Amino acid sequence: MQNQAIQVKGLQKSYKKLHVLKGVDFEVEKGSIFALLGSNGAGKTTIVKILTTLLKPDGGTAFVNGFEVVSKDDDVRQSISLTGQFAAVDEILTGRENLIMIAKLRHLKNPLQVADDLLTRFGLTDAADRRVSTYSGGMRRRLDIAMSLVGKPQLIFLDEPTNGLDPEARIEVWKTVKELANNGTTVLLTTQYLDEAEQLADRIAILHEGRIIANGTLADLKKLFPPAKVEYIEKQPSLEEIFLAIIGKKEKK
Amino acid sequence: METIKKHFREASDMGVMLGRSMRHILRSMDTIITVTIMPIAFMLLFVYVFGGAIQTGTDNYANYLLPGILLIAIASGIAYTSYRLFMDMQSGIFERFHSMPIARSAPLWGHVLTSLVSNAISVVVIILVALIMGFRSSAGVLSWLAVAGILALFTLALTWIAAIAGLSATSVDGAGAFAYPIIFLPFVSSAFVPTKSMPSGVRAFAENQPVTSIVDAIRALLSGQPVGNDIWIALAWCVGIMLVAYVFAMRAYKKRV
Repeated sequence: MQNQAIQVKGLQKSYKKLHVLKGVDFEVEKGSIFALLGSNGAGKTTIVKILTTLLKPDGGTAFVNGFEVVSKDDDVRQSISLTGQFAAVDEILTGRENLIMIAKLRHLKNPLQVADDLLTRFGLTDAADRRVSTYSGGMRRRLDIAMSLVGKPQLIFLDEPTNGLDPEARIEVWKTVKELANNGTTVLLTTQYLDEAEQLADRIAILHEGRIIANGTLADLKKLFPPAKVEYIEKQPSLEEIFLAIIGKKEKK
Repeated sequence: METIKKHFREASDMGVMLGRSMRHILRSMDTIITVTIMPIAFMLLFVYVFGGAIQTGTDNYANYLLPGILLIAIASGIAYTSYRLFMDMQSGIFERFHSMPIARSAPLWGHVLTSLVSNAISVVVIILVALIMGFRSSAGVLSWLAVAGILALFTLALTWIAAIAGLSATSVDGAGAFAYPIIFLPFVSSAFVPTKSMPSGVRAFAENQPVTSIVDAIRALLSGQPVGNDIWIALAWCVGIMLVAYVFAMRAYKKRV
């Protein structure tokens, strides 16, 4: 019980006639990275909104850090952070001001120091006093995640964290997420990119038509398929590898 | 003790929200300029162009005009309140606030406080310009305080209307459009010309709509005349509109969060 950061049982949600969640069950272990994989409109964001108390479920139960999401919503909000689908940063403020604002809202003792530390940790010190509207997509997302870490929540939700990012920025975000988990933070992330789930997650759940149709480690999921047949083929580099290789060369020059 | 602590936290959260949107305002000087320039332009136009032909029974038209100009300034100022609220709802930052351990209504109250402060700033700027243009007042401190109170209530009433618009609009243009009829109301009131000069139908409307009583009350306070019933009618309008708009705005807000 105490080892679970999230426990979801029979979760249901409809928008008018659209039955989005038809009984979703899953658990997330503390300190792990859990990926919710599904295509657009599968209900990933709905699950995240329910778990972060932004939406009320129609049926089923959900516990976050041991607190029931509807009746103990204050306690839930105290222990989590949400990085939504659209960067939840204030574009008119500077990076530093954004972090200080969140630190003040979390009533931390030393907002300036907290902001400084996170700016350093996320490589944003040079851009700290520039307005966020001048940031690149990757920097904005890093700031977004940094804002979610203010006050050291035990559990953070990342809703499609690399959506719309270029490949380099994506890898930056991946690195950040891995570091989070290494520091003991539980991460629930949603994604529609298979490679992202494969790269990051300890466990992957596949959400399809309102239900979890598969849930396990990458190895577990691989077992669902017939054993791989060994074939020798020439390895073709993916376009992403080519792109990164060329850019890398250029930067070295 | 616990509840005092809770209120203290909530007040501090609202302070943070106020600081945030005040920064927005100070960093977009164009909004300050638009909000103050238009009423100042009206003031110039009416005092130096039309004013000579308008018979108000007073020798100083700037004195006569100022209350209406202030109301126009506030009405155009709240269009930006609605706009800022709408933009906030569109961006991810509202979701972040709502998933944090702060009062659900704190972001909304932040906008309301910002509206009060920013409108107070533009009112002060316009009064300073009016002084240069010949506006003079014999009012004492108490009268000025009463004027400030009426203007603050008027701002709050319109701010809650703006909140309804900002929360339920589906486009940026829609969020600000509601302000136009309100900006127009002072023209069909005693703000620019005495209602006696209007044809009977228009006059009946002008004399019974909120702006006339508010304008008359402020004008009387600033010129040291007895205010009579006007001030109570003005207050009743402001408080009434404020309460109704508040209920609907809160309902719209709960629907959105």
